[in-house]
Amino acid sequence: MQYFPFVVVAWILVVGLYGVVTSRHLVHQIICLIVVQSSTYVLLLGVGYVTGAVAPYYFDVPNHTPAVDPVVQALALTDVVVEAAVTALLLSFAIQAHKRFGTLDPQELASLKG
Amino acid sequence: MTAAVHTTYTVPIGFMDALQITILIMVAAGATAVVLVRRQVHQVLVLSIYGVLLAVLFLAFQAPDVTLSELTVGAVVLPVVLLLALAKMRKREQ
Amino acid sequence: MTPAQRRWVFGVGIAGLAAFYLWGLSGLPGFGNYPGPYGFIILRLAVGQTHATGVVSAINFSYRGFDTVGEEFILFTAAAGTAVVLRLLRGERERSAVDQAADRDVPPTSGAVRIVALLFTGPVVVMGWWLASHAQTSPSGGFQGGVILATAFILLYLSGEFLVFKRFSPVDLTDLVEAVGAGGFAAIGVAAVPMGLAFLTNYLPLGQFPGAVSSSGTIALISFFVGMEVAAAFILIIGELLEQTLLIRQGR
Repeated sequence: MQYFPFVVVAWILVVGLYGVVTSRHLVHQIICLIVVQSSTYVLLLGVGYVTGAVAPYYFDVPNHTPAVDPVVQALALTDVVVEAAVTALLLSFAIQAHKRFGTLDPQELASLKG
Repeated sequence: MTAAVHTTYTVPIGFMDALQITILIMVAAGATAVVLVRRQVHQVLVLSIYGVLLAVLFLAFQAPDVTLSELTVGAVVLPVVLLLALAKMRKREQ
Repeated sequence: MTPAQRRWVFGVGIAGLAAFYLWGLSGLPGFGNYPGPYGFIILRLAVGQTHATGVVSAINFSYRGFDTVGEEFILFTAAAGTAVVLRLLRGERERSAVDQAADRDVPPTSGAVRIVALLFTGPVVVMGWWLASHAQTSPSGGFQGGVILATAFILLYLSGEFLVFKRFSPVDLTDLVEAVGAGGFAAIGVAAVPMGLAFLTNYLPLGQFPGAVSSSGTIALISFFVGMEVAAAFILIIGELLEQTLLIRQGR
């Protein structure tokens, strides 16, 4: 249990990268990129966890109860929402590439000229 | 450093450990499933389920704010955006 | 490069990554043994200093507000970028939404979907608004509330009323709301500078006791503006993609 979450993070990262590298469809590549991003959220939250502590909200537990680290939660929170918008931007690139070149295969797109 | 807390929400530490290990294994399996599914529309649905699994994992890590964000973004907004893009590409191929 | 070569190169890279990752992992204090002083210091001081019981939102909008300004402008730029990339190209035309709705030959939306979607639109808007304005008390905040507000508009589209969706979110109004949200956040921060304080200092009166809705100074106000901006950005993105899918066609 000491290192199991980090092993899972490494697994998700490797699986996502495998999907990106061996993909034959642009949208499949983008979805595997989403999986890679999700591994970083798990890593952030795993680093800040304190065994036996509560969530860092003090409106119903007494003040100064031991809580988990709130800084990494703040980072992960804005991260999740902003990456969704960036994914939408990537998808709009994929749509225009499909219009322009007629193919969605990244390995064919790499060899097109102009 | 571990903490000994007794609030109305405290559960035994062993139970929390078992819960977190179970959900972590399910998340790892979900990530593998998302990458290995081949047809795009099916992959989007599996991504939606993966988003819900991740949200439950974040809840088990005592992070309700991140749970809210991941639930709305990963299970609703991202699949809608992906399906719209897929519909646009399929329409062009017809 | 053939797929087999690609896989070999990937394998070598992953082996190197795994080696370095495990080496770094061996230096960590283990899961659950978070040692760092920064988190514990903030937990001890946050409620007293900002009168906000939601420590994560206090960090997002007050202690590390500068990072949040940057992230919000990433969101703003991504929405603007989507609008630019999905513009009308040469050789395309945009059909009017009313004509398109009249001669679509898709099957009508099922009654169950329509009822559920229309029933839930109102409560979802209320919930998004509530989340965006209660950042300082409970697990809520501008980002979550904004996304949930955008989800209400997606429900409008899913219930089959694309025209209603377009009428409720005209591009000019959405652009304006997004700009007001992003600019409002920056303006609140900049307004601290002529008072002689640093950018984004919490200068509004903190409330009487922690956890009230009107407490915590600028945090509640900033969260409201962020909620507006995030909702408008996502509505813009969805609107652009819907126009591409439903309205824009090839040819003159």
